[in-house]
Amino acid sequence: MHIVVCIKQVPDSAHIRVHPVTNTIMRQGVPAIINPYDLFAIEAALRLKDRLGGHVTVMSMGPTQAEPALRKAISLGCDDAILVTDRVFAGADTLATSYVLASAIRTLGQERPVDLVFTGKQTIDGDTAQVGPGIARRLDMQLLTYVSRIVEVDPAKRSIVVERRAEGGVQVLQTALPALVTMLEGSNEVRFASTPDMFRAVRATVRHWDRNDAGIEDIKQVGLKGSPTIVSRVFGPTPRAEKARQVPFDPADPDSTAASLLEQLLADVPKVRKELEQRRSPS
Amino acid sequence: MTATPPAKPIKKRKIKLDEHLLAYRGVWVFIENERGHVHPVSWELMGQGRQLAEQLQVELCAVVMGAPGAELDALCESAFHYGADRCYRVASPVLRLYRNEPFTQALTGLVNAHKPEILLLGATALGRDLAGSVATTLKTGLTADCTELAIDPEDRCLLSTRPTFGGSLLCTIVTLNYRPQMATVRHRVMPMPEPQPERRGLIVDFDPGLVEDNVVTRLLEFLPDSQDNTPHLPYAEIVVSGGKGLGKAENFRLVWALADVLGAEVGATRAAIHAGWISADRQVGQTGKTVRPALYIAAGISGAIQHRVGMEASDCIIAINSDPNAPIFDFAHYGIVGDCVQVLPALTRAFARHLGKPVKEIA
Ligand SMILES: Cc1cc2nc3c(=O)[nH]c(=O)nc-3n(C[C@H](O)[C@H](O)[C@H](O)COP(=O)(O)OP(=O)(O)OC[C@H]3O[C@@H](n4cnc5c(N)ncnc54)[C@H](O)[C@@H]3O)c2cc1C
Ligand SMILES: Nc1ncnc2c1ncn2[C@@H]1O[C@H](COP(=O)(O)O)[C@@H](O)[C@H]1O
Repeated sequence: MHIVVCIKQVPDSAHIRVHPVTNTIMRQGVPAIINPYDLFAIEAALRLKDRLGGHVTVMSMGPTQAEPALRKAISLGCDDAILVTDRVFAGADTLATSYVLASAIRTLGQERPVDLVFTGKQTIDGDTAQVGPGIARRLDMQLLTYVSRIVEVDPAKRSIVVERRAEGGVQVLQTALPALVTMLEGSNEVRFASTPDMFRAVRATVRHWDRNDAGIEDIKQVGLKGSPTIVSRVFGPTPRAEKARQVPFDPADPDSTAASLLEQLLADVPKVRKELEQRRSPS
Repeated sequence: MTATPPAKPIKKRKIKLDEHLLAYRGVWVFIENERGHVHPVSWELMGQGRQLAEQLQVELCAVVMGAPGAELDALCESAFHYGADRCYRVASPVLRLYRNEPFTQALTGLVNAHKPEILLLGATALGRDLAGSVATTLKTGLTADCTELAIDPEDRCLLSTRPTFGGSLLCTIVTLNYRPQMATVRHRVMPMPEPQPERRGLIVDFDPGLVEDNVVTRLLEFLPDSQDNTPHLPYAEIVVSGGKGLGKAENFRLVWALADVLGAEVGATRAAIHAGWISADRQVGQTGKTVRPALYIAAGISGAIQHRVGMEASDCIIAINSDPNAPIFDFAHYGIVGDCVQVLPALTRAFARHLGKPVKEIA
């Protein structure tokens, strides 16, 4: 089995602040992490390897600063890492990103045929859940999104059975390899790095692939140029015409605040009055 | 947000379409139906699609896909009631249950044959799965999980707005010289239109040319969720939500107690869920559920954009927050500046008295 896991390095959203005046995101000093959803993808791949043997390659498209994310993945047990990095990739939307990753996976497949590709459900910065489906379409792989459990992989029969989260229930799907799986969060418990793997990760080589190494054929399909969508503006939410009507609060007498609020609701908001009327105990 | 600076255009790019893209006309909505049940987000999108189509002076078309039969035909009728001028009926036994591959082929084929300028889908598990692979096959732009759609009157472009990462910003995304312009939209963000039972329209059949033997993926089984455990947040008329400001897990009891008296559903912020205070299926917001209740009570919630987009359509929002400058006071209707650990029990007592319910003592 050769499994490729696509991961992205993202700024830790818990540390991001928005500049109150200019409305821009302040990235300085924000730690970079592996997209949290992608950890479930790594874990799913490693569990399959534990069970069936094989080789796990972790891959990311991004600037050279993304290398630590790949090293971290190696410390968790991945065998091999490739950073697909080239100035021309900058400014990519999901269509252009999936083009680059699909090309790189295809090229990697010439070294060692790829049976499965794992991605996270979505990223916390792009937050689109589109890159996985995009890669699958471009490689003409079977697509399995929102997978909550890998039931069975049979390398001899080249088949995979998964549980997929759908509206109102779970689909049990069977398909043929090669397939692309996007893993749902909480689908497994992500392991800690072992000491030998931590040492291995420090010394491991992370291969850097530029557009030629990645086998990019059409330069017009990458980066900003290859992106059909652009952000046309970024703005803060519009405040309502009036601010919230404040109900004065005295810590010594919370009950009068509550009473005053209830009185105002009943007087001013007919919809709420109606809801409350329906809930009155018949007494 | 006192003195929010005026919205700043980052780039104002003129979008000029190639000759062959000018042929793309009309607004399409994909009608998501599974097991004889239409996902309500599809009808919400029809309501929004109607407005977009009128602004563009083009037809609103519904796309209905499934196994041939009376059920599918009835779906076309419903689509007319919800505002469609035209309904593309894609009937094939292969489309009886959702699988990515045949649905992608059918929808891509239909788009290439009839060329819409806008294609909208619900941001559901099915819609996002399908939209992602259709957009890639068509090599066009797709904006995920939008909360607002509008038309730029100058160049007829779709303006898709969605929250962006970082906490308190929105961004508007446009598709350049590519068609159709695709977007997925969340359930409950847009109001449900009133059906008009007298409305009729034109049915246009499309043969996707699918053969079951060519489809690789098989659906072995469907395991329905048990109905009683899942919260009915999207349709609750009263929601009481708690955030990080509750301080500790035990304090979430105060939220449950108020909800109990009000017959309300309980919601939470992602921060409260990450703290492990409550289960993830109660998350309200961009990556959780969208609610539109008559009354939303937010306790210890700052009002970050990702939470706000999931609840701001509520008729009446009451915010309890100890920080008078918390962003939530910018869009709540009533505000109480105070400690929610004190305010919640007081509200519980007041509502219980009003509703004639016994007041359980909560320490
Ligand atoms: C991609 C992405 C998606 C996200 N999706 C969601 C989503 O779907 N839903 C969601 O909710 N969030 C989401 N978030 C997170 C969001 O940005 C905020 O971090 C989150 O909503 C904050 O939750 P909070 O208001 O509970 O916590 P905080 O921001 O920590 O706010 C706590 C508030 O409580 C107040 N407080 C403190 N003590 C008290 C007290 N004793 N009494 C009263 N008030 C008190 C404080 O003044 C503060 O305003 C997402 C973030 C990202 C990056
Ligand atoms: N630049 C990237 N490099 C590698 N993998 C990526 C990249 N962007 C997205 N992915 C993968 O695609 C998934 C979905 O991303 P997104 O469509 O941005 O929400 C992520 O969870 C990653 O597994």
